[in-house]
Amino acid sequence: MPDYYQMLKEDVRFEEGITACVNCGTCTAICPAAEFYNYDPRLIAETVQTGDNQKIYELLISDTIWYCGECMSCKTRCPRDNTPGLVIMALRHLAMKTGLFTASEKGRQQLVIKRSIGEWILKYGYCVYREELTMDDHPEQGPTWEWQNNHLTDLLQRLGIEYKANGPGVLRKIPEEALEEVRSIFRETGGMEFLENIEKCSAKKAKEMGLEFNERLNCEYMHDVYQTNGSHHTKKKQI
Amino acid sequence: MKIEGKKRFWQEYQKEIAADHYFFVRSCIRQSFFPGAERMFLKIMREDLGKDVYENPGHTTCTGIGYHTDIVPLETTMTVVARQFALMTEAGYKNYAASCITSFGLYSEILETWKHHPEIEAKTREHLKKATGREFRIPENIAHASDIMYKYRFEIAEKAKYRLVDKTTGKPLRVVEHIGCHYAKMFPHKGVGGAEYPHVLVGLTEALGGEIVDYPERRHCCGFGFRHYIVKINRGYSISCAKVKFDSMEPYKPDLILTNCPGCPYFMDRWQYAIGEMEGKTYGENGYGIPVFTYEELAALCLGYDPWEIGLQTHQVTPEPLLRKMGVHFDKDRKYLGVDGKEIGKPDKPRVLVVE
Repeated sequence: MPDYYQMLKEDVRFEEGITACVNCGTCTAICPAAEFYNYDPRLIAETVQTGDNQKIYELLISDTIWYCGECMSCKTRCPRDNTPGLVIMALRHLAMKTGLFTASEKGRQQLVIKRSIGEWILKYGYCVYREELTMDDHPEQGPTWEWQNNHLTDLLQRLGIEYKANGPGVLRKIPEEALEEVRSIFRETGGMEFLENIEKCSAKKAKEMGLEFNERLNCEYMHDVYQTNGSHHTKKKQI
Repeated sequence: MKIEGKKRFWQEYQKEIAADHYFFVRSCIRQSFFPGAERMFLKIMREDLGKDVYENPGHTTCTGIGYHTDIVPLETTMTVVARQFALMTEAGYKNYAASCITSFGLYSEILETWKHHPEIEAKTREHLKKATGREFRIPENIAHASDIMYKYRFEIAEKAKYRLVDKTTGKPLRVVEHIGCHYAKMFPHKGVGGAEYPHVLVGLTEALGGEIVDYPERRHCCGFGFRHYIVKINRGYSISCAKVKFDSMEPYKPDLILTNCPGCPYFMDRWQYAIGEMEGKTYGENGYGIPVFTYEELAALCLGYDPWEIGLQTHQVTPEPLLRKMGVHFDKDRKYLGVDGKEIGKPDKPRVLVVE
């Protein structure tokens, strides 16, 4: 088995995220994810500080590391200045790098994020691109949003905004030269390879699961990743 | 401890906020969901306060949501941020002003990382040079746009046409403030008032005559949770977090929720609609919701800008009850018009939440 603990230690977020955890549980008390999911950041800190490679491997293939919402509320109140949220980010990064993210249901969702946020960054220069947000995917947007979408150019003009204009402004078109620089940064820093690896590992997992896999957003594997919700994630209501 | 003493905790956390000449970077989320807000920020800064704010059209997303959904590596994010710093350097600016809290938190994280690990900063410089040919200087001052509104709160209050005061009773309106988690929870010294007692929105509210209402889940996350909102099947996390907050603030009867993060007002606005549809529950008076504003929307409203020019019609929770309490003059028949009075239809009404 590869030395996952060593790999984890090479991530600056792991180095900055934990020194000695005293297991007080303050992070768990404050953690929104621990309110709803079977999740306990205290146990994450406890596990990684043992340096036990087998246990770290078990975390990497688990749903557990994907429950954190990265709000970083744990940082504020830890009496030892640890940040379990940063440790989670290092664990997730390692699970992505090694392809182990496809072992868990929540980890497999990374493909959905890559095919939305990841591709919008490279294509438009925005993390969130409003035209891509459909009512089917976002019914919570409500009727006001639907009305806005149906009359977007008119509405924005009323607000003094020229949609997708060249030059500065709200919802401007980001110039192609700028987008090319962002893509060049992704190529230079390993970001592009990282995104491609999500596709590669997901394709491999789809084959293993006997599901159709292609670039379509509604291929069988994407559909499975997008819809599946196991019953083991959330807490049983305590009476 | 005396309550007066508690109220002063925030004073331990002060930060330097530049006075003028800002290099402004936008927020992907704020532009998409409350497009009038950023325009108002710039209008207030330039026209009401007479400040110099420069925007380079070639700036891009900082990749923050990609970073916090774990699909963009740290090295990549640092280099994209370094490119924004390079645009600032090339334009001759030293003060960086960010509209987004995720970005603001990320700048704090990156600068701290570089401070403790100069070799990482050197590597980022090398990456940026190779990828774009650019070089950069670290900003002398980094402020979130809400910090700047805070700095000029008394000037805004002095020019204000309306105040956060109930016109009929003369009493201060009740405001709950919600601070984006990444504003100060990671680096308390980067925010006005720190993480436990952030003062950035409290200061603005009080300057405008409002009263801040404390409530148990005041510091709870709004529920974005990055991957938890973006992946539809995880979205129960997001609405559950928001519900925890609404249930907690409801007994205190707030007139307004005031926010500084681009995502929080969006979630707290839309989830009130969704909770209405799902459970028949609303949180304001008489079936209305509690209006959720950004700091620049509030400042613009008090300065006398037309509510429909600010873009308050893009909110799902209708702002009219608050406008009436404040005595704001508005034309209800012009709410859903396009430019020059063009008829563009009206949104459907929600099943439960009352919308005008």
